[in-house]
Amino acid sequence: MNIHEFQAKQLFKDYQIPVPESIVVTSGAAAADAAQTLSGDGWAIKAQVHAGGRGKVGGVKIATTADEASTLAAQMLGQRLVTKQTGAAGLPINSVLVEKTSSIKREFYLSLLVDRHEDKLCFIASEAGGMDIEAVAAETPEKIISVFIHPAAGLQAYQCRQVAFALSLQGEQFKALQNLMTNMLQLFIDKDASQIEINPLVETGDGELFALDAKINFDDNALALHKDIIALRDTAQEDEKENKAKQFDLSYITLDGNIGCMVNGAGLAMATMDLVKLKGGTPANFLDVGGGTTTEKVTEAFKLIVSDKNVKAVLVNIFGGIVRCDVIAQGILGALEQINTDLPVIVRLEGTHAEEGRALLHNVAPNIIAAEDLDHAAEQAVNLAGVGA
Amino acid sequence: MSILINQETKVICQGFTGKQGTFHSEHALAYGTKLVAGVTPGRGGAEHLGLPVFNTVQQAYAETEADASVIYVPPFFAADAILEAVDAGIKLIVCITEGIPVLHMQRVKAAMAESGALLIGPNCPGIITPEACKIGIMPGSIHQPGSIGIVSRSGTLTYEAVHQTTLQGLGQSTCVGIGGDPIHGMNFIDVISRFQADDQTQGIIMVGEIGGSEEEEAAEYIKNHVTKPVVSYITGLTAPAGKRMGHAGAIVTGGKGTAEGKVTALKMAGVEVVNSPSLMGIAMKELLATR
Repeated sequence: MNIHEFQAKQLFKDYQIPVPESIVVTSGAAAADAAQTLSGDGWAIKAQVHAGGRGKVGGVKIATTADEASTLAAQMLGQRLVTKQTGAAGLPINSVLVEKTSSIKREFYLSLLVDRHEDKLCFIASEAGGMDIEAVAAETPEKIISVFIHPAAGLQAYQCRQVAFALSLQGEQFKALQNLMTNMLQLFIDKDASQIEINPLVETGDGELFALDAKINFDDNALALHKDIIALRDTAQEDEKENKAKQFDLSYITLDGNIGCMVNGAGLAMATMDLVKLKGGTPANFLDVGGGTTTEKVTEAFKLIVSDKNVKAVLVNIFGGIVRCDVIAQGILGALEQINTDLPVIVRLEGTHAEEGRALLHNVAPNIIAAEDLDHAAEQAVNLAGVGA
Repeated sequence: MSILINQETKVICQGFTGKQGTFHSEHALAYGTKLVAGVTPGRGGAEHLGLPVFNTVQQAYAETEADASVIYVPPFFAADAILEAVDAGIKLIVCITEGIPVLHMQRVKAAMAESGALLIGPNCPGIITPEACKIGIMPGSIHQPGSIGIVSRSGTLTYEAVHQTTLQGLGQSTCVGIGGDPIHGMNFIDVISRFQADDQTQGIIMVGEIGGSEEEEAAEYIKNHVTKPVVSYITGLTAPAGKRMGHAGAIVTGGKGTAEGKVTALKMAGVEVVNSPSLMGIAMKELLATR
């Protein structure tokens, strides 16, 4: 789960990770008030959306008067921001952060994440801050330092020193960085984060360090343990269909094609998308109905798929194991009775009692096609989606 | 021989009396697995499915000297269950549970590092040696004893590979689902190295997906150490970056863990990479015929 920058910065404050003074607002007038309350001679007006890359597309602007803060905020609010991370539809700007600017001497990168190769938490730091860290990693890997945290031993002082030297910090800054890293790790563990990213971490003119930006992702598997984090969820920033799917314990991801896919198992669901592409079509979604494959779940899955107006054909791909194919076929028929769709539905059943399952689907309705095998199923779906377009 | 388990393998089940534990234990017993006991804290002394129930894994192990344990406990209790099995001296631990927090798993990995115990999963279908021992949730009926070793991060794609090798008359030596989580137990290399050393295994099917770098590492290992034919299928070519595709571990981040990168690495290692999941069995049959 993602949260907004202003929420992440509040968590940073709670954990004594230094951040600039800021106030989140939802109107231009409130932005002017916020600028006056914060005082100073400059404020960053920052669109609050669940995506990075805001600066390059006008999602972060600088105001030098309270009036200007009001104007800039009013211009942003109610718009949708399209960044390289959002997709073409963009995300709604429902709030902006008004943040006091300060003199910046240097910008660094600092993040904490789970390294799946070492099976440990890992701090990644770079003196090349404020930039796309993937580009830094690709072009100048020597500018990146990684330190791994043993879960029993915890973060060691020498590891903080390694990072401090890599960032060419001096004197008092060593202790400041060690505190910052220690608090970041504590926050990560306390709240079951999956990533905390500070880009940039800045050094001010007088040598202080603080987090100019803040991004926190949380481990979905652990969310049920953290009611305070669940309360930070902003569903306006999330895909409506994906959220609906979660209610029914379905794993769904919206894509931009025209062939709806319903599959049991995450791996097979991805494979089905790939096969649709291989046959010249484009998948409209990823959808894993899971192991049970009950009529109820299949019905909800169909509803989700046909609610996407781009969908011209539905490809159902089920490998029946312990739940037999004939039982699954009955579930599919029961669901289709409730949905009442004219879209072609191509069903590929394989596994236990596959013959019986296919037999049940024959001659039921002209738009229901029991495919012989997976390749044929994908080909038929692509052809039929093309005809409908 | 098979790898890791055979008809002599004695198995206990943690979370034995729960819904999942009961359902899959019934299937395992019907398949002929030597399931010898179960563990459910607070239910010690009871009998379930005709088998004794113990309060702790330590007691179950003392009474049965089980070789393996299968875990069906809910996600927030699974790390505890794995470490209880390690502590009791169980040598092979198969964790089926999906949805374990990643911080729990990184502690488990560090804690069991020196133990010598092997972990399969979590978030996996388990392990099976056809007609000898089934530990997990896979449908026994599609399997057939034979010569192909299968290792996969995905459940249903494992079943596809199994079904196809059965239809081709090749059968399986052992099938291992290593699971879809970012931090997990045995990896591709741990399993493939055992298949390479196993006399019964004539060919290896490896099913990978986006996320992480284990397929690339396996490719390097195969290039240097594996002489048996390897067929691979990698899924997730069309998955959008930054999205978790069902499995917690199936995600492309920062341009890393792409399907293209994995396919290229495997091809460079001499692996036969198929572009459709329906071609795994036939590709293996053809590859074996050329030898």
